[in-house]
Amino acid sequence: MMDLNYEMIGITVLWTFLYGYIIVAAIDFGAGFFNYYAIQTGQHRKVSHIIQRYLSPVWEVTNVFFVFFFVGIVGFYPDTAYYFGTTLLIPGSIALILLAIRGSYYAFNSYATKPRKSWAFLYGVTGLLIPASLSVVLVISEGGYIYGDGDGVQLDVMELLLSPYAWTVVFLAIILVLYISSGFLTYYAAKAKNESAMETFRGWFMIWTLPMLVISQFTFLSLREHNLEHFVAAQDYWYLFGLSLLSMIIAVFLIWRKRHFGLAFIMIMLQFGFAFYGYGISKLPYILYPYIDINTSVVNESMAFSLTIAFILGLLLLIPSIILLLRLFIFNTEYVEGRNEEGY
Amino acid sequence: MDDVLLGRIITASTLGFHIIFATIGVGIPIVIMVMEFLGIKKKDSQYLTMARRIAKGFTVTVAVGVVTGTIIGLQLSLIWPDFMRLGGQIIALPLFMETFAFFFEAIFLGIFLYTWGRFKNPWHHWLLNIPIVIGSTLSAVFITSVNSFMNTPAGFELSEETFVNIDPVAAMLNPSVYVRVFHVVATAYMTAAFILASIAAYKLIKNKFEKDREYHKKALKVTMSIGVIMSLLTIVAGDFSAKFLHNEQPEKLAAMEWHFETETHADLVLFGILDEENQEVNYALRIPWALSFLSGNSFDTEVTGLNDIPEEEHPPLVIHYFFDLMVMFGMYAFGVSVIYFIVKKFTRFNEHHPALLYAYFLTGPLSMMAIEAGWFLAEMGRQPWIIRGYMRVAEAVTNAEGLGMVLIAFIILYIVLGFTCAYVLIKMFNNSSAESSRAEYYGEGVDAK
Repeated sequence: MMDLNYEMIGITVLWTFLYGYIIVAAIDFGAGFFNYYAIQTGQHRKVSHIIQRYLSPVWEVTNVFFVFFFVGIVGFYPDTAYYFGTTLLIPGSIALILLAIRGSYYAFNSYATKPRKSWAFLYGVTGLLIPASLSVVLVISEGGYIYGDGDGVQLDVMELLLSPYAWTVVFLAIILVLYISSGFLTYYAAKAKNESAMETFRGWFMIWTLPMLVISQFTFLSLREHNLEHFVAAQDYWYLFGLSLLSMIIAVFLIWRKRHFGLAFIMIMLQFGFAFYGYGISKLPYILYPYIDINTSVVNESMAFSLTIAFILGLLLLIPSIILLLRLFIFNTEYVEGRNEEGY
Repeated sequence: MDDVLLGRIITASTLGFHIIFATIGVGIPIVIMVMEFLGIKKKDSQYLTMARRIAKGFTVTVAVGVVTGTIIGLQLSLIWPDFMRLGGQIIALPLFMETFAFFFEAIFLGIFLYTWGRFKNPWHHWLLNIPIVIGSTLSAVFITSVNSFMNTPAGFELSEETFVNIDPVAAMLNPSVYVRVFHVVATAYMTAAFILASIAAYKLIKNKFEKDREYHKKALKVTMSIGVIMSLLTIVAGDFSAKFLHNEQPEKLAAMEWHFETETHADLVLFGILDEENQEVNYALRIPWALSFLSGNSFDTEVTGLNDIPEEEHPPLVIHYFFDLMVMFGMYAFGVSVIYFIVKKFTRFNEHHPALLYAYFLTGPLSMMAIEAGWFLAEMGRQPWIIRGYMRVAEAVTNAEGLGMVLIAFIILYIVLGFTCAYVLIKMFNNSSAESSRAEYYGEGVDAK
């Protein structure tokens, strides 16, 4: 069997999938929220068409990213099932119930004969609550919220609820969702040549830029309070965070000047990408500080080998399929503009 | 209630709810594939309309299947963290591959649903069925493989409390996987076909739109054809399962048959009431020697009885009823579909007689109940083990607090989702005439202008 550094392969693949999930899910979650907001404020006719056209064919794919991530992490690092599984019973169940409500009511609302406002409300609001509840997992992974006793490990709920760091990350997640999503929808509307929708989305995007900047700073500050070791490690990668800020400046500038929306969205992805990998790399070797260290908790070699092979074969199958999906729905000008009304 | 029981009830309710949508999710694509094939081949827009209307309802059930599937995927770690920590070392491969299979299916399902009429050549759209059928069936194969591993673990050795020589492929292809995959896939195809047959029969009974009669008769014929073939295959699969259990999991077979003494010429016991003290079965229907025959194709086959199995490893004896119900419901659907074709063959009989339509109508619900009974049998029959011979259910449960609350929350969720899903589907099709859809999609039929 090949002698490979499976602990690094695993975490790189998983982190990348998590990155992908956060991007597509943020677009999806935010779009659901904006859709409901538009219904409430009477802008529904103007923007919902664009939102629906994007959401309809891709929502299940979004969900699979999530499943892939958690199945993958349990496969590569089985200890995560034990530590996160035990401590996340309640927060995890809440997140699952929210995800279930969102997915089902999205489908019910889009395929039902008559859409309902209350159903749009359910999948709009859950769109903000899900990232909030899922972000708790990343919070817990910083350590300090879990203690071991005779029976095993327990979550210190009070410590979590009173933690400034936890709340900062929760708000970061919500703002990030609205920021990424409005950025994408601006691009999508521009591509659909729908001027008025584009203006609306662009307005939303500009609103969320300042909170985005502020909350990022707060996250750093509260991380310093919560886990100094990680904060110090993160400073070694200052250039990644610098590149992130630079990408953000370019993205905001382009959207403000209404130029190159596609490039602007790539900059948004890079902005988040640099920060996300900077955070991830500086966190190594811990998945859950200090319980799960990738070097000691990686799965046995033969399983790691077969998972890696399965992953490569799987990608060979999936990448062409995803390209086909993107070409048909996202990059197909006829579909995006709504000129092709076939299907339902 | 203790945590082990609570954990089991949570998992049972999630799986009991999910399996309805999973079965539909695995089975319906093959029916859609057949109908679209017939439609293109015969240039008959009624079949195409069928494929399209079924696909429309299917998306709603897929959504519920996806979210409940996500729930069970994570719940395994939340409720049984020790099982997943251990299982992750040995059986993570098929779980991982399942996400790929589902990913593959989800992509092509998205494309399929939104590209009716977008291809110049209709066969190109039909081809999209292939990845959907492959993806959904492979999902079932991989998940069944994980479940089989729990029953007949393989692919590792135990050396002083740690697992060594782990072979993920051998674990995935554990001894019971072939039999169980065959059984699961055949019954999913069968159940999906009979559910659609039930809907056609119901529409013919209600007769709300006179102009739709021909459409529903055609639908009934196609679904009954698929149903009769798949239920026959299911019987073959069931026979393999019995022989497999006899060889590999004798305690499960003995418990489900209330078979206490190891003997040849063993009787098959149907239903009845057990007097556990005296190991006597009353009011049962006994088929002499049949159990021996089913176990090994010969009346001389010696079938292990429960008295030769340590008592703490006995599965709960109530699984006997689940077994009987499963077989009875499955046989009912098979029998009715055979009757349909017999009656159809003789022109002096009317295969659409109201009494027969009621009989057809029951095939779908009863097949689904057979699936439920079958899974209760399979899972309870594995007790007290979560990994047979290596880890008990009681050793695997979480030590976190709040299982009772979690159970209540999920039960409410499933009730709400179940009712809304049914409501949406009924709204979608109750007042919608198939011929009107056909006119709308293809501009053909009585409603076409």
